[in-house]
Amino acid sequence: MRGMVRRFDAILMMGLGMAIGSALAAQEPGVRIGLTYTPGSQPGIYLVPVRGADGDSVRRIIARDLEFGHRLTVIAPDSGAVVPTGRFNYPLYARLGAAGVVQLVLQADGSALVTLHDVVAAQAQETRRFALPGPRLSPAWRLAVHGIADVIEEWVTGTRGVAATRVLFVRGGALWRIDSDGANEQPVPGVGAALGPAWHPDGRSIAFARMRDDGTSVVVHELASGEERRVRTGAPLSLSPAFSPDGKWLAFAAGESGTDLYVVPVGAWDEPPLRVTVGRGSTNAQPTFAPDGRRIAFTTSRLGRNEIYLTDADGANPELLTSTALTDAPYRADPAWSPDGRFVAFSTQIDGRFQIATISLRDRAVRQYTTEGINEDPSWAPDGRHLVFTSSRTGTRQLWVLDTESGRVRQLTRGAAARMGAWSPRLLSVP
Amino acid sequence: MKSSRTFPLVLAVAGVLTACSRVTPKTEPAPATPAPAVASAAAPAPAPVPSSAPVAGAPSAGTASTSVGDRLAGATGTVAGRDLATSDPRAVLTEMIFFDYDQSELRAEARATLDAKLAFLQANPSIRIRVAGHTDERGSDEYNIALGMRRAAAAKRYLVDLGIAESRIAVVTFGEERPINTESTEAAWAQNRRDEFEIVAGGTGNGPA
Repeated sequence: MRGMVRRFDAILMMGLGMAIGSALAAQEPGVRIGLTYTPGSQPGIYLVPVRGADGDSVRRIIARDLEFGHRLTVIAPDSGAVVPTGRFNYPLYARLGAAGVVQLVLQADGSALVTLHDVVAAQAQETRRFALPGPRLSPAWRLAVHGIADVIEEWVTGTRGVAATRVLFVRGGALWRIDSDGANEQPVPGVGAALGPAWHPDGRSIAFARMRDDGTSVVVHELASGEERRVRTGAPLSLSPAFSPDGKWLAFAAGESGTDLYVVPVGAWDEPPLRVTVGRGSTNAQPTFAPDGRRIAFTTSRLGRNEIYLTDADGANPELLTSTALTDAPYRADPAWSPDGRFVAFSTQIDGRFQIATISLRDRAVRQYTTEGINEDPSWAPDGRHLVFTSSRTGTRQLWVLDTESGRVRQLTRGAAARMGAWSPRLLSVP
Repeated sequence: MKSSRTFPLVLAVAGVLTACSRVTPKTEPAPATPAPAVASAAAPAPAPVPSSAPVAGAPSAGTASTSVGDRLAGATGTVAGRDLATSDPRAVLTEMIFFDYDQSELRAEARATLDAKLAFLQANPSIRIRVAGHTDERGSDEYNIALGMRRAAAAKRYLVDLGIAESRIAVVTFGEERPINTESTEAAWAQNRRDEFEIVAGGTGNGPA
């Protein structure tokens, strides 16, 4: 990362994940994806005003998405100035601090033609047509616009954005959803009572615990059809479902005087679940899979207090993860394994209040992210960088989004109290 | 919490007491006892006391909605200073018990409350109850669902160990979802860490067969 200005090779970056540094030197000859900017900085992007009835909406949505992504700096997002006529005046954009300029043209057929210009190279870098399904400003239309922002982020940085995602959450005992930018807040139709929602990695079905007067059990719900299956357990209580990252397994907790973790193949809902933990009357709940599906982090009371444990998915090698004493009355819960596999986020009680922290799986280093109010129930965005959590800092419980790299937060929900956020996978298939 | 406890009841449930209380836990489902017939004869008209005090704080759902009639058999004797002969069976059966923070162990007073229920459960073998475990708002919401179940199961296990058939006691948890007191104070939390008891069957028509 010593070079001043360097061409990022997106293909290499995606392939090598976070190990960018040394890989940059080697470039595929003849392949050039990415933008010229100073490594380690947030490259400036100028969004050219968009003509047409929905132009302002599109531009505003994309600008906000890019800001929420924390990887780009949007230059004067609200400014309507500098509408290009004829050839692009690249030196002008360079003076504005832009490394890239995004030009978006709404087509007569409802699609959008998007071009990214590299200011330093003074040429168009990428161009692609995006379908925008009608009706305009509908949830599906907005999701498609978010998808444009995610691709722009990928063009520039090599990492796809997470704007085209939604967050499930619980409000007043019912299941709701909200777009990643805080728009389109609405109940999930046909679900009603639900707690602790979880997404299947295909984004098409979800699981949650349904609490009724006669018991609480895990339900798998198909979003499009509303079809539901109750997971058979033979126990009076089952809760805290979580899908494996390959989508083939559902883990959950079940039991009576104490709960244990079980897994069942997705779809084989009538087969007896396989037991994972042996808790001997303790609570073992809240499973969360490692990205390779081989390990599970979970909450357990087996030590007489609540801690996060790790286990192999077949139950072997249980091990205490959160051994660091942050406080003399430890209580850890709500583990969430990051999609890049490097961290487990969790809630930890400090002075009697939950705070959001992460623990590194490499060296067990703990980092605390919150101090204000009660903060709990973290859930990772698919980028492994942002997470949604519940905070009481405004007086009611609301969902907030944290950027774990900068520590910055933004409030996601603002209505009646909200909690138990679950961040979706990317909801648009990669074009 | 499990075995070897001194049986604290000093009651005489209509003559069958000794037979009942020495039943080994879990071996037999509800010993077919003639208790109700004898009990109702021995303690005629236990006269359910209207709006009894002990359940004053209870949410209305549990007790009010049950169709427990006026034919519950009474019990006699004294449990933890409580004279069972003058107690309303329904009030005793639905009296809540409370727990320490993040615990599902039964406190001494909770065991005494369960001992009083035991007498009426033995006297009314057709009664089935549902125990609902609750927690305070602290702790993880999901973990608290499991904790509530442990609390309900603790009460069930206690009664089953003393001879009540497992099939007569259903357990359910509401975690922190249904607080009695929504304030965020120590007093409110203490009220919310509880088991509620609901009579789900056998409250009516169980008079002398």
